[in-house]
Amino acid sequence: MFSINLVILIPFIVAALIPFSYRRFKKVHLGWIVLIVPVVLFVLLARLIPSLASGKTYVHTYEWIPSLDFNFTTYLDGLSMIFALLITGVGSLVILYSIFYLSSKESLQHFYCYLLLFMGAMLGVVFSDNLMVLYVFWELTSVSSFLLIAFWNHRKASRQGAQKAMLITVSGGIAMLVGFIMLHTMTGSFSIREIIASVSEFSDHDLFIPAMILILLGAFTKSAQFPFHIWLPDAMEAPTPVSAYLHSATMVKAGIYLVARFTPVFGADEVWFWVVSMVGMITLFWGSFNAVKQTDLKALLAFSTISQLGLIMSLLGLGSIALQFGYSADSVLYTQATFAALFHLINHSTFKGALFMVVGILDHELGTRDVRRLGGLMTLMPFTFTIALIGSLSMAGLPPFNGFLSKEMFFAATVHIMEVDIFSLPSLGLIFPVVAWIASIFTFVYCMIIIFKAFLGKPQQEKLDKPIHEAPIGMLISPMILVALVVGIFFFPNLLGQYILQPAMSSIYPTFGDAADLTPKISAWHGIKPELLMTIAVIIVGAILFKFLKLWKPIYGLFSSRFTFNVLYFNFLASSVSKSNLVTNRYMNGLLRHYLLYIFIFFIVTVGGYLLYFKAFSFDISTNASFRVYEVCLVAIMAVAALSMLFAKSRITATLLNGVLGYSIAIFFVIFRAPDLALTQLVVESVTTVLFLLAFSHLPDWKKEKLSKGTKLINGIISVAVGLVVVIVGLSVVDFNLYDPISSYFEDAYELAGGANIVNAILGDFRGFDTMLEVVVLFIAGLGVYSMIKLRVKKEDENIEDQ
Amino acid sequence: MKINDVILRTISRFVVFIILTFGVYLFLSGHNTPGGGFIGGLVLASAIVLLYLSTDIETVKKSLPLDFKYVAATGVLLATSTGFGSIIFGVPFMSQTFAYFDLPIFGETELTTVTIFEAGVALTVVGVLVTIILSISEDGG
Repeated sequence: MFSINLVILIPFIVAALIPFSYRRFKKVHLGWIVLIVPVVLFVLLARLIPSLASGKTYVHTYEWIPSLDFNFTTYLDGLSMIFALLITGVGSLVILYSIFYLSSKESLQHFYCYLLLFMGAMLGVVFSDNLMVLYVFWELTSVSSFLLIAFWNHRKASRQGAQKAMLITVSGGIAMLVGFIMLHTMTGSFSIREIIASVSEFSDHDLFIPAMILILLGAFTKSAQFPFHIWLPDAMEAPTPVSAYLHSATMVKAGIYLVARFTPVFGADEVWFWVVSMVGMITLFWGSFNAVKQTDLKALLAFSTISQLGLIMSLLGLGSIALQFGYSADSVLYTQATFAALFHLINHSTFKGALFMVVGILDHELGTRDVRRLGGLMTLMPFTFTIALIGSLSMAGLPPFNGFLSKEMFFAATVHIMEVDIFSLPSLGLIFPVVAWIASIFTFVYCMIIIFKAFLGKPQQEKLDKPIHEAPIGMLISPMILVALVVGIFFFPNLLGQYILQPAMSSIYPTFGDAADLTPKISAWHGIKPELLMTIAVIIVGAILFKFLKLWKPIYGLFSSRFTFNVLYFNFLASSVSKSNLVTNRYMNGLLRHYLLYIFIFFIVTVGGYLLYFKAFSFDISTNASFRVYEVCLVAIMAVAALSMLFAKSRITATLLNGVLGYSIAIFFVIFRAPDLALTQLVVESVTTVLFLLAFSHLPDWKKEKLSKGTKLINGIISVAVGLVVVIVGLSVVDFNLYDPISSYFEDAYELAGGANIVNAILGDFRGFDTMLEVVVLFIAGLGVYSMIKLRVKKEDENIEDQ
Repeated sequence: MKINDVILRTISRFVVFIILTFGVYLFLSGHNTPGGGFIGGLVLASAIVLLYLSTDIETVKKSLPLDFKYVAATGVLLATSTGFGSIIFGVPFMSQTFAYFDLPIFGETELTTVTIFEAGVALTVVGVLVTIILSISEDGG
């Protein structure tokens, strides 16, 4: 049976196969093979659209760790469907585009492996019902994004951008994890559906607001919301297909997804409304304001993406107010903001994807994306120009493109919110339409910059390294499909509304009865309303501002470059590195003796302290068996060997004396009838001696170190204390009765595990998991020794890092 | 490491086989009597180390063309995959099972999945130990 779990796993499986099989595809670009994956997944998912539109959802559970409530549960509903279609749909187009963007000389096997990794992880995020599983996939998207940004890892900027993106999104992710755990503490469940069903009982809980804020932190960092937006422009160091895919269409929308998903949980709260909508508004304004000053087209698109993400975020915030009122004919009006958010989400992916691809084309064909060096490309690159024109005008919110429809709905939502009379909105509500309007003017201006500065005017061939020419057809197919959608959605928006958006609305407002009521009829013309006037005003003011750009551009100089969030970030990073260096160098001084001291002191404090705390240091030796002569002899031998080790003059002597200790212990094991231990001890002792002898040839002469009396005394006290703790622990373990002994369980080993040797039954079966991990640790240790010795950096080797 | 010791070389030729046999015996007997994967692996490794000690590294490499890193990796793979193997049969991770079979020569014999797991342990121990000892001894020695 076709299960959604499989959809998540397929990209991972293919990604795992690539390293083994890519050499077979010498003649074919690897992208063609990889392209099959998203196309097949898209078709599989698209076939489910009609049944989702009729209200069906799909749940499938694989039990993973049921005792901890971790299950690999997938949940396909309207909301996850939108994202899944974006992930697979845009994914297909981007891979198709990348085939022509990346030459076969690049390490394609890495690129496509990471890309599929991302695709699987992202599908995992949107399909997971279990919060812990969602978190794992969430972080996986950060990791794959890191790998993709640093794809050209010989460039310093790529590595720094990747690090920044990783640090910011992962710290947000950890905050989110804490929020998830708080949710679990409140509701006792990790399942989103169960939480939504039961959350109304918990809205007064002390952890409710902290959990909300922490989860929002995760969403805001991922979706590059102010002030965490600084990672997105730096992430543009990635190859353009990656920027188009991860950093505009899918990954940055994971935060949007999270907010939409959790709207039924937190949405009825005032804090949620204000935080989500205001952060969104600030981001919307700040992104569009900063986009205007960019000269690098990709950076411009990055800020534009930030701004559009803010727009969607604020719409989700505005839409959440409907939950405050409950389901009624009036409150449906406010759900339209959410509807607009989802609509704009899709529209943004279409026009922004196309624009990113256009910038990729310019970069690839002309060798620059700096607007100051471009110009007059219209006649020489007609197809690229058409795509850029449609994309930009749609982004600016002009008809006849889909951006117009969702932008109008956005304006409408900001106007409606002023009529609400709770949350002190009557006095503050005016902020929303004003900020939205100002931000839209800047949006209009930077859209004009793309069109006029890059494509109109005089060609500046002398500033370019390559002759201006149209891109190959392969690179044009994907953006053409996207702009066809831009136009298509404008003319048939209700098709999208009915089949894709309507099921998603019912997942965001599960308590709101019939989803059909929540789906407004989208129309391009609905009379002279405030939103239309706002659009017209945007065009007029925007055109004037663009015309006189040179006059007001000095405003940007007013913002000191010393007080930006980037500077804050870099200072924080640099100071945390230097501070931790300072602290670490204090105690990591390279003296093994000191390290042993730390270990021993820690041991005395924790083990000794623990037993003291539980008053377990009680033992009674009166009932012990009496000593036998050879036991006393053995102890005497060991004591003599141990003491004389202190006065040994050479390493060989010390090692041999150490061997005496080891073999004596083995004899003790024999005496106390533990043949397994005795055997192991003997062999280990022999092998260790060989290792010691081998290591000697690398060591300098053994010199006595001169220490002050005080240090010697402290060392002596610590060693005696360690010895004492061990002895007393050994003695008191016999009488320790805080917990019931579990050894009786293992006595049935022959019945339970079929083995008469209890020790091995424990090692291999009862506690086989421990042994398995020990084996892995042993292997890692072996690899560590091997690589430290074999791959040491030779002194004459150059540092090949920074170029 | 080239040691010209006739007695050691002559004796170790025989002793190595005895140790190897003993190692295999220990490995197989571990289920019901003292022994097991770890100790079996240790004994096998020490036999190989003895070979290296008595003859020179090149000769051993020729007669025993094994990359011990791969031996260790195979061991880890074997040990972990028995864990995952149990998932395929729908039981929790790392479940072991056993059954009694009537085999032609051995008569009624107990076969158990722990043996596969222990084989993984043994291979890892052999591989890691020999890798460490070889890499230290080859390094500028």
